[in-house]
Amino acid sequence: MTQITQRWACGGALLAVFCLAATLAASAEIPLDQRRSSYDLMSRETRAMQDDDAANPGMLWVLDGEALWRAKTGTADKTCADCHGEAADSMKGVAARYPAFDTASGRAVDLEQRINICRRDKQNASPLAYESKDLLALTTYVARQSRGMPIESAADERLKPIVETGRVLFTRRQGQLNLSCAQCHDDNWRQKLAGSPLTQAQPTGYPLYRLEWQTVGSLQRRLRNCLIGMRAEPYAYGSPEYVALETYLMWRARGLKLETPAVRP
Amino acid sequence: MARPLINVPARVKRGQTFEIKTLISHVMETGFRYTATGERIPRDIITSFVATYNKEEIFRAVLYPAIAANPFFSFYTVATESGTIAFEWTGDNGFSATESASIVVE
Repeated sequence: MTQITQRWACGGALLAVFCLAATLAASAEIPLDQRRSSYDLMSRETRAMQDDDAANPGMLWVLDGEALWRAKTGTADKTCADCHGEAADSMKGVAARYPAFDTASGRAVDLEQRINICRRDKQNASPLAYESKDLLALTTYVARQSRGMPIESAADERLKPIVETGRVLFTRRQGQLNLSCAQCHDDNWRQKLAGSPLTQAQPTGYPLYRLEWQTVGSLQRRLRNCLIGMRAEPYAYGSPEYVALETYLMWRARGLKLETPAVRP
Repeated sequence: MARPLINVPARVKRGQTFEIKTLISHVMETGFRYTATGERIPRDIITSFVATYNKEEIFRAVLYPAIAANPFFSFYTVATESGTIAFEWTGDNGFSATESASIVVE
């Protein structure tokens, strides 16, 4: 009996120490000069795959996206190029500024949503489903035009409350494991999780080709992945929570260079 | 939209060894996976890849279900004559894709 009590007491003390440590470590945002893309954590081989356009599988989506950019669609029978011209000129730097504030709806929209708004308003076409090959291809093609440019999302004053919402979601404990995003990605990014490096969660290369997925995926898919890992219920694709998280993460990554299409393990 | 991405140098010196890289979009469904309702997803893979240099075969690969989606090949050959390097991928469900590149040997 005494032994059991002792064990409980010991366990309680350990827990208290852990909680104290967790409290002390919490809410520490990564200093600006220590932020880095998870490109730096990848193996030499995976980095080589990303750097070589002839080996980067994300380029297949860029090629498809280019074809879609020039394809007539919807009842308006217009192509993206009819309004925007050459993507290399008109889309340069655009992805580095997204999610952006949409005046018409009064909320933040990410690049995927912007493409679907354009389809609805200008092309009279049906929206493309999240994670569909066509939406990923168009998004990758548009984002590719900003490769190498520094992220400057959320410079818009109107996005400040959305960044704050994203920060709250990022630091809030949730799910059956009672974890917050920040506990891994702000407090423990120097550590490893199950042998793999914990990243800083800097969304520098989306949409990106993930070797585990064997396909290109969006940042929302990646967030969904993490939420499932935390045993939390993922939000619905396109929900304001995801867009707020995306806006916060892009603000957090301001100044880092865009890598789309990146390759990740 | 199975557009292959190929990388062949435009000009090479005679006798020089050079690298050829190819990448093609394909799901490479193994045939061993099941849907949430328990139905087997049928196999859908590329089964063969052949490269020819002026109609002479220089590289051939047989692909199996363990090969990842969007197969990438890199191989070397020696520059002999100017001409065409042609690639052909064939697979399940009548899948077929071809691509070619011309090369100048100086």
